[in-house]
Amino acid sequence: MSANSAFNEEKGGSSNVGEPEYGHDPASGGIFSSDYKRHDDLKEMLDSNKDSLKLEAMKRIVAMIARGKNASDLFPAVVKNVACKNIEVKKLVYVYLVRYAEEQQDLALLSISTFQRGLKDPNQLIRASALRVLSSIRVTIIVPIMMLAIKEAASDMSPYVRKTAAHAIPKLYSLDPDQKDCLIEVIEKLLADKTTLVAGSVVMAFEEVCPERIDLIHKNYRKLCNLLIDVEEWGQVVIINMLTRYARTQFLNPNMNESLLEEGGGEKAFYGSDGDDDEEEDKDEKDKKKAEAPSVVKRKPYVMDPDHRLLLRNTKPLLQSRNAAVVMAVAQLYFHLAPKAEVGVIAKALVRLMRSHSEVQYVVLQNVATMSIKRRGMFEPYLKSFYIRSTDPTQIKVLKLEVLTNLANETNISTILREFQTYIKSMDKDFVAATIQAIGRCATNIGEVRDTCLNGLVQLLSNRDELVVAESVVVIKKLLQMQPEQHSDIIKHMAKLTDNIQVPMARASILWLIGEYCEHVPKIAPDVLRKMAKTFTNEEDIVKLQIINLAAKLYLTNSKQTKLLTQYVLNLAKYDQNYDIRDRARFIRQLIVPTDKSGALSKYAKKLFLALKPAPVLESPFKDRDHFQLGSLSHLLNAKAGGYQELPDWPEAAPDPSVRNVEVPEWTKCSSREKRKEKKVEKPFYSDSEGESGPTESADSASDTASDSESGSEESGSGSESEESDQQSESGSEEDEEEEERKKKKEKIKAKKPVPESDSEQSSEEEGKKTESKNKPRRGGSDTESGEDKDSETESSESEEEESEEESEEETKKKKKATVSKPPSKPPKIDNKKEKKEMSLLDLDDFDPAPSLSQVTPLNNFLSSSLVTDLEGLSLTDNVLSPTTITPSGNLKTYELLHRITGEGLSVEYCFSRQPFSPDPHMVAVQIQFTNSAASEAKNLHIEDAKLQSGMRMKEFPEIETLPAGETVSVVMGIDFCDSTQAANFQLCTHTRKFFVSIQPPVGELMMPIFMTENEFKKEQETLLQSPGQLMGMNEITEKVTLGEKCHGEHAVIQRVTTAANLSRVPCGSDKECSPPVPLPPSPVHRFAGKTVTSGSLVLVSVVTKDNGAAQVTVNCEKMVIGTMLVKDILQTLTQ
Amino acid sequence: MSHEAVRVDPDMEYLTPGVVDLEQMFWTGLGATYTHCNQVWPNLYIGDKKTALEKPGLVEMGVTHIINAAEGTWNNVSTEMIHSLFLVNPSGDIFLEKHWKSVVSRSVCDYFLEAREKALDPEDVPPVISTPHHYLISIYRDKLFFLSVIQTEVPPLFVIEFLHRVAEMIQDYFGECSETVIKDNVVMVYELLEEMLDNGFPLATESNVLKEMIRPPTILRSVVNTLTGSSNVGDKLPTGQLSTIPWRRAGVKYTNNEAYFDVVEEIDAILDRTGTTVFAEIQGVVEACVKLSGMPDLTLSFMNPRLLDDVSFHPCVRYKRWESERVLSFIPPDGNFTLMTYHVNAQNLVAIPVYVKHSINFFESGSGGRLDLTVGPKQTMGKTVEGVLVTVHMPKTVLSVSLNATQGSYTYDNATKVLVWDIGKLNPQKLPNLRGSLSLQTGAPKPEENPSLNIDLKIQQLAISGLKVNRLDMFGEKYKPFKGVKYITKAGKFQVRM
Repeated sequence: MSANSAFNEEKGGSSNVGEPEYGHDPASGGIFSSDYKRHDDLKEMLDSNKDSLKLEAMKRIVAMIARGKNASDLFPAVVKNVACKNIEVKKLVYVYLVRYAEEQQDLALLSISTFQRGLKDPNQLIRASALRVLSSIRVTIIVPIMMLAIKEAASDMSPYVRKTAAHAIPKLYSLDPDQKDCLIEVIEKLLADKTTLVAGSVVMAFEEVCPERIDLIHKNYRKLCNLLIDVEEWGQVVIINMLTRYARTQFLNPNMNESLLEEGGGEKAFYGSDGDDDEEEDKDEKDKKKAEAPSVVKRKPYVMDPDHRLLLRNTKPLLQSRNAAVVMAVAQLYFHLAPKAEVGVIAKALVRLMRSHSEVQYVVLQNVATMSIKRRGMFEPYLKSFYIRSTDPTQIKVLKLEVLTNLANETNISTILREFQTYIKSMDKDFVAATIQAIGRCATNIGEVRDTCLNGLVQLLSNRDELVVAESVVVIKKLLQMQPEQHSDIIKHMAKLTDNIQVPMARASILWLIGEYCEHVPKIAPDVLRKMAKTFTNEEDIVKLQIINLAAKLYLTNSKQTKLLTQYVLNLAKYDQNYDIRDRARFIRQLIVPTDKSGALSKYAKKLFLALKPAPVLESPFKDRDHFQLGSLSHLLNAKAGGYQELPDWPEAAPDPSVRNVEVPEWTKCSSREKRKEKKVEKPFYSDSEGESGPTESADSASDTASDSESGSEESGSGSESEESDQQSESGSEEDEEEEERKKKKEKIKAKKPVPESDSEQSSEEEGKKTESKNKPRRGGSDTESGEDKDSETESSESEEEESEEESEEETKKKKKATVSKPPSKPPKIDNKKEKKEMSLLDLDDFDPAPSLSQVTPLNNFLSSSLVTDLEGLSLTDNVLSPTTITPSGNLKTYELLHRITGEGLSVEYCFSRQPFSPDPHMVAVQIQFTNSAASEAKNLHIEDAKLQSGMRMKEFPEIETLPAGETVSVVMGIDFCDSTQAANFQLCTHTRKFFVSIQPPVGELMMPIFMTENEFKKEQETLLQSPGQLMGMNEITEKVTLGEKCHGEHAVIQRVTTAANLSRVPCGSDKECSPPVPLPPSPVHRFAGKTVTSGSLVLVSVVTKDNGAAQVTVNCEKMVIGTMLVKDILQTLTQ
Repeated sequence: MSHEAVRVDPDMEYLTPGVVDLEQMFWTGLGATYTHCNQVWPNLYIGDKKTALEKPGLVEMGVTHIINAAEGTWNNVSTEMIHSLFLVNPSGDIFLEKHWKSVVSRSVCDYFLEAREKALDPEDVPPVISTPHHYLISIYRDKLFFLSVIQTEVPPLFVIEFLHRVAEMIQDYFGECSETVIKDNVVMVYELLEEMLDNGFPLATESNVLKEMIRPPTILRSVVNTLTGSSNVGDKLPTGQLSTIPWRRAGVKYTNNEAYFDVVEEIDAILDRTGTTVFAEIQGVVEACVKLSGMPDLTLSFMNPRLLDDVSFHPCVRYKRWESERVLSFIPPDGNFTLMTYHVNAQNLVAIPVYVKHSINFFESGSGGRLDLTVGPKQTMGKTVEGVLVTVHMPKTVLSVSLNATQGSYTYDNATKVLVWDIGKLNPQKLPNLRGSLSLQTGAPKPEENPSLNIDLKIQQLAISGLKVNRLDMFGEKYKPFKGVKYITKAGKFQVRM
């Protein structure tokens, strides 16, 4: 307080404007230390022409501000220097302006034009800093200017400026909340930004301006999840907290089934006994649930939304962050969102934080205390980490004690009690008191140790420290209430203590105990009352109240001995100063002393006073605190803080998951300049998708995910046309620096090129990891070192690994050859395909060099990298379609749905049978073949819980009752893919297990053949081509191709095209004569026709082959995407 | 609305301030000190929630009616995370204040100062204090309080972590974090704070980035600055924010390229009075000092990475590679940084390097006692134990000690009741011993509790867990760097219960 008065003096001095202000300049060190100056000379210095003088003055002014002195009267002199050329002066002027502009609005306006000029500066940092200062000047008049500046900066080329724009949004919002709608637009735009630099700031703005607009997040959800690891620490915290809230509104409770089971009667009793939180129990429960689910509980089993899984998976590595706030954010996310069995992972990280600064410990312990009530098992292995050191600050000690108490159970209670015994001897009395309470709680919770605890506490009654004794009495009282009959000795002992104990609460407790159980101590009780009556007037209020209570109870049970005493006490109380006591006395007198006036109530006095009272429940103060989001300020204070966003309850039914689907950008859209630029700017360094990049592929090479293929084409000196043009437009627009950076990158990529191995090894490892690896099917670099550790870690068998390795090596060699030998016109595409093949290698366990893969992935070519990651989020499993062999019967390709290792002996393959699916003509028929290679039979094979994109439908096959070991069975199901190549995700269930699988159709399977004559074909083609103005106009896509070696000859071409796509050949050649006198094309034309299954749009394909092996493929189709993809597929199949 | 001051009552001297004046007062917090309740008109008070809830006080003032004029939860829209920062010295003086938005009056610190006075030890001040309109989150570091004022919900760890970053940054810039240093460099500290936080949200907290914008002081530069009048603000604009690697600045050049790694392990242990280990674990940290040109990409591998149970990394470490191969792969920041911290699996038995024989007795009758301490080496892997320091927190009734140390020297501070015995190097042949008598306050009862000992020690060239660095490889640059690894074992929170 003394400091405060000193400060007031200081302030008083400066507030009187007339008085001279002496500024001691600390910045100038000893030189000016004795030189006191007045404001006047500061003004002079600011007006001078010398930058050094101005700087000197500004430094002194800033020093004044820092010390909380008022420098506002210098405003006019300072503001003049806003346009000063010297960057140091400028910076300090900015500091000043931000501080005082609000107070001198008129003058502040003079500086605005400088900032407006700054906003147009070619240097991004000047633009950013101008926006920063402009938005920090809290002057209402410039709101429109700020709005405009923010809008412009939000579409700035530089991500740094866009970040600043995101920062400016909440500033403007707090200045003028009416701008909310406009600001939301800007936020929406910035949310779509794909740079990690912007992500954190814009989510921050979102949280402050429009946290209720959860719908803005849908489209960006997957992107945010995938970018998360690269965002700076502070942004991570904000994003994780926001995503927690988001997930609570969009996904289902992963523990839903558990809680339902718990409610189900008998089970509760079984598990309820000790808190149903043990992890092991959890598992039991789960197993049980699984076993029961199909038979007993006819409830749909819970299937986690893949997006939910994505969030959990992508946040987990952040538990290793050095930043405690990030760790805490992830921990609370897991606590609130993860299935019970998975929450455990956070314990280790939280325990680690306990080594940090005491403030961090304090907050973490609060949260651990709350968590440990709900999920005790999680922290049990770390029990000893919560042991208390005598040097811990008291508040930390008390919290640790709380956690230890929460963790106590039958098995560890003896250890904990031994530990508590040490604590009781501590010098810190507050802590001792807390320990005694903790012992009390352990005793109530764990019946086995109740007597031990009680005995221990009774021994404490002879402690010399009054506080200790008092606390013990209070706790003993609570414990005795549970079984008073057996403990009259203790009660007697305590009755004796009334002479010594002075702590009011303790005295009151003893009196209450004696009163309550006076029948157990009939001789002592009246004597105690006698003593108390003597000292009544000197007692504290709570003691007085208990004396009255004791008197009343004794009067009711033993009126002969105590009648007079009671009268005496009541008389004393009648004239007490405290009205509560007077009231109580009056009330009790009326109740217990029967008079003629007393009502019916007095008859029940005994029942009222000596009713059996329920034993108190000693509860943790942290119970139910988890309704606040953990890690939040509100949780810490156990009270809602301003601006706290409630954590919503899980929805009953999951909202439509398709809202998070990101549209597949169409061919033309891709080349729009804006998009491409963003893609380039994005350089996530260590994101998940990069995977285990080799040591040579440094972070700065930035060739992550999809951009890899692109940079690959850059190297070879020729890109596809669109790519090339993009790069040009881009390099024109980007800053020089960035381009340089990119050049460096290129060099690096080149440098690392000659290390083409062992990708496959990672793939096999990935196989082992199964669920973990979903999001990293693409590998950028190559890794020459293969850790031995890793090998042993992988679950998959050695032989398989080797196999795939060899094959991949072969593959890479082939690839190299291919790249070299290709004619220059085509390499980019082939390159791309090859790359893709390599990437998808990672997902295969039995790799087959058959060329059909790219049917699945051609999209990736023209998607931006983050989009690819978005899409990756879509697939439910890592079992991305993996063609194995071409079935000998016909041209049908078989794809693997479930590998026998993953499927525990059950392997499932499927193929597109190309038969019309009779129950519904709009569905694609999929033939599924189950092979049971396990030792035992598989039962109840069926499909459950299909996760389909909106519009898609599925007709499941009838359940297969049993599949004996070694048998194979085939069934047919229908899927309406809505003419898209989106995967159909569903669960394949056996009687014991569930497998997440997905079927993704190659584009060629989305159509069915129709018969057409050549003339009809031409007519259709022409009518559609001639109506380009129409909205649904048909598109034509033409590509040139060089036929593969084995592809010459009519028959080969036809066979390949029909293999790639379900089309029928249009007969031609034979009716050559009948055709109109059109000059024959110089080379043979093959035509194929079909229509898409769902919408029935025509698909027309013509292939013109020339003698030299060159060919031209033309596809006409209303559905542009299908057309594009089909061309790709056909091209590929023809080049093989 | 009147903008000018008006005389409302012609008979009174009092001038009602005009809107401008009122605003002025409001913004600056000057003119009137913050109190819970002010009489603004005869018999008209404006007060806060605290006043409104305190009935006896209201009665005393003669208040009959209360009108709630607060809007919503708080009566203004405030959206920033960290509103203001105050630096407070141990005696309670505020010597620096920084506001990122509107100014918050210093008087909010009163709540904090109150709490500080209540606490016996500065460590006991609650890190989060709730006041009627603000929340105060503070850290105690290097004998200074960093006190931040916030108004709305924000994760407390977010603020705490940021405040520690501020302290670390000051330490990094000026070599130490103390009141004198901050006062001497107040302008630079102020600029740093300006860069670190924008509108209450952290902007640049990476040392490498900050150092590009504001150059740290050196003796030479301060001389030059005095002569030329230039300051430490970078005249070049930083590239760091734009590089792909936010923690490393571009264009680093050294003539001697070197990379040093210190593996420092601390033993946290609690030993009970019989000398058995109640709890022991090893916490390690790898501190790096990397001075390499260009953009080196380093890979650090361990001989026995399986020892490491729990790790946390500097953001530069590629987590995926650690997951799969247990190697640290990273592009290092320039200069000193903490590469990783780790925890050694608690299942492994921790070697306790020293043992303590101790006895402390207080005489039942008289006002005295005896103390006898012997420290000896236990499992030291053949290395010498140095820097041994035993600290004993004596019971409050111990007035003075009269001891005899066979090695080293001891001091006893009567104010804090702390006995410190500085032993130095442990000689296994001749074990250091400290014995003698304690004198207690006359009349005071025999203390019931026994003090506990805290031990400090250091063992050079040894990582007690057995962790060993296997190799360090550099990629991406051509030169051959000089590499070095050092191991040190220290006592962390090493406590012996007596």
